[in-house]
Amino acid sequence: MTSPGTSETTGRAGTGHRHARGRPDPAPLFAVSGVTVRFGGLTALDDVSLAVRPHEVHGVIGPNGAGKTTLFNVCCGFVRPDAGTISRHGTPLTDLRPHRLAGMGVARTLQGLGLFRGLTVTENVMVGADRFRRSGFVSALLALPRSAADERALRERAWRAMSDAGVAEFAGRYPGSLPYAVQKRVALARALAADPELLLLDEPASGLGHDEISELGAFVRGLAERMSIVLVDHHMDLVMSVCDRITVLDFGRVVAAGAPEEVRDDPAVVDAYLGEEAHRGGSDGNDGNDGNDG
Amino acid sequence: MPDSVTAAARRLLPSSVLGRNLLGVLAGLLVVVVVLELTGPFRNSQFATMSYYAIAAVGLTVLTGLNGQISLGHGALMAVGAYTTGLLLETGAVPFPVAMLAAAAVTALAGVVVGAAAARLHGPYLAGATLALAVGVPGLAIYFDGVFGGEQGLRVSSPRPPDWLADAVYFVTAGDLTSARYLAYIGWITLLAVLLLLANLTASRYGRIWRAVRDDEVAAELAGVRLGRMRVLAFVVSAACAGLGGAVLAMVVRLAAPSGFTIVLSLSLLTAVVVGGLGSLTGALLGSALLVFLPPAVTGLGTDLGLTGTQAAELAPLVYGVVLVVVMLVAPGGVLGAVHRLRHAWTRRRQGARDVGAVGSSKQGG
Ligand SMILES: Nc1ncnc2c1ncn2[C@@H]1O[C@H](COP(=O)(O)OP(=O)(O)OP(=O)(O)O)[C@@H](O)[C@H]1O
Ligand SMILES: [Mg+2]
Repeated sequence: MTSPGTSETTGRAGTGHRHARGRPDPAPLFAVSGVTVRFGGLTALDDVSLAVRPHEVHGVIGPNGAGKTTLFNVCCGFVRPDAGTISRHGTPLTDLRPHRLAGMGVARTLQGLGLFRGLTVTENVMVGADRFRRSGFVSALLALPRSAADERALRERAWRAMSDAGVAEFAGRYPGSLPYAVQKRVALARALAADPELLLLDEPASGLGHDEISELGAFVRGLAERMSIVLVDHHMDLVMSVCDRITVLDFGRVVAAGAPEEVRDDPAVVDAYLGEEAHRGGSDGNDGNDGNDG
Repeated sequence: MPDSVTAAARRLLPSSVLGRNLLGVLAGLLVVVVVLELTGPFRNSQFATMSYYAIAAVGLTVLTGLNGQISLGHGALMAVGAYTTGLLLETGAVPFPVAMLAAAAVTALAGVVVGAAAARLHGPYLAGATLALAVGVPGLAIYFDGVFGGEQGLRVSSPRPPDWLADAVYFVTAGDLTSARYLAYIGWITLLAVLLLLANLTASRYGRIWRAVRDDEVAAELAGVRLGRMRVLAFVVSAACAGLGGAVLAMVVRLAAPSGFTIVLSLSLLTAVVVGGLGSLTGALLGSALLVFLPPAVTGLGTDLGLTGTQAAELAPLVYGVVLVVVMLVAPGGVLGAVHRLRHAWTRRRQGARDVGAVGSSKQGG
């Protein structure tokens, strides 16, 4: 991972990128403010604030156990914060529940894959598009034309998401029979099928090779034209080249926030994260790391 | 050659889910009529027995196979359906199809209650809770013996074929519409209707979401699925089927008594579903057939081999148990799973022969 050049040049060409940076300060699409989460004696998040602007790729980085996944779990309603608020388009979300998220236009990929192994790739992605269904139980029971039309529409959406993510050729396969990198893309396609305005990606590059990561970077950049993205990953090259802004967590605290260049040179970050990386003697982050998924 | 034949056959099939399922059910009906007309009262009543096992088993396979919820209490749900039918038919004011629908509705209602409790439980806890149901419900029937007839149970007056129907059947087939045959028809027509509805459901969004919830609840919830609702819904659908199965049972056996709904019934249903192939409607049918036809066949074989009557009768559960264990060991996906695997391997071998070195050849996981 010595030359971030490829994803740098391909990635930064997107118009959404310049757009997001050029804006003075657009209203945040999604904001977390003053969030604190304690698990028993452990403070996983400590007064964390973060605002995601429209069409922005917002990076969240930090060493293992820094609280990145926990932050996502708070945003998704899996973990109730002990303090702090979460708001969307400026409106506080008081009773956030995971199942309401999709309807609000928020999609997330999990740190593990979280694919449905008994469902084909198409079916997996169709579940992601489920929020667009229109017909109910009775039409499914009687296989009424509305139900069939609904299925066609979902299949169509799934197909588009699969083509976007480049997994259309595996439509009829089961996830277990596919290479890990393809499975990751299926998980991405499933999230995209929900047509979200905010996409939360938890370590999308873990377990991928160098070329696959550059590809992913360009892809995420392209997505920013359609949605906002919060990207959690350990691959610094990816995060630095793709993100408009970065928030750095360490032991649950925000130790730095700002544009990639600012963050990169911040001594606190070097201390907390890059220092640790250098200490470990590899710049590759930790591949295939499987933490808790909430 | 066979390729073009199947392709042609596929082109002839209707493309809609409903069309395909209706065609399947009509074909099934044809087979049922032929088989029931060609067999005598003894076989007829065996088929009637199979029908009520199968009605409950196809419902159970949706719950356990598709949605991943185990139930050891489906025998008790059948009891709810059977007693409801018995009580309604006793009044004499209700035609039997109405009694059956009422049985399904009452059992579905029971399913809401049980399902709501079950939706919060997992694995062994769910098994324990539904086991309690299986043990408790027959006890309830004994406790309230004023209504449910205690140990003796309720005598159920099963429907007799109306004269016009018997005449019409005689006119068409030149055979008598015996009571056994009539009951077998009722059972199988109910079964085919249930199969049609369940096949529609499993091909729809609901089947997909049930399986998604079974495979990964966090991911399903993130896609907007309300886990609890979908679990309860699966339980209700499954319970309604069990209730209908119980209704048919009551009419075929002419009795609804606690001894008919022991834990053995629940376990038999579960084994039928597992042997056939969890989650498959056809598998549940196969399993039910095995449940009904294997023991007498074994007993018959035993007596042919010179065993005494009791010895031969004791052989049946033994063989059934052995078959179960062998299936579990050799084909964990059930009979149908094994068939699918063989077919898959076969088509792949042929494909491999045609284009050697195709993409992603050998790595095919579970
Ligand atoms: N449900 C939970 N119960 C108790 N502790 C938890 C729980 N979830 C997370 N934690 C703890 O909170 C801390 C933050 O964990 P989190 O998974 O958010 O880290 P992360 O930044 O995602 O790390 P990684 O890079 O390894 O994925 C860890 O110390 C973890 O052990
Ligand atoms: Mg994590």
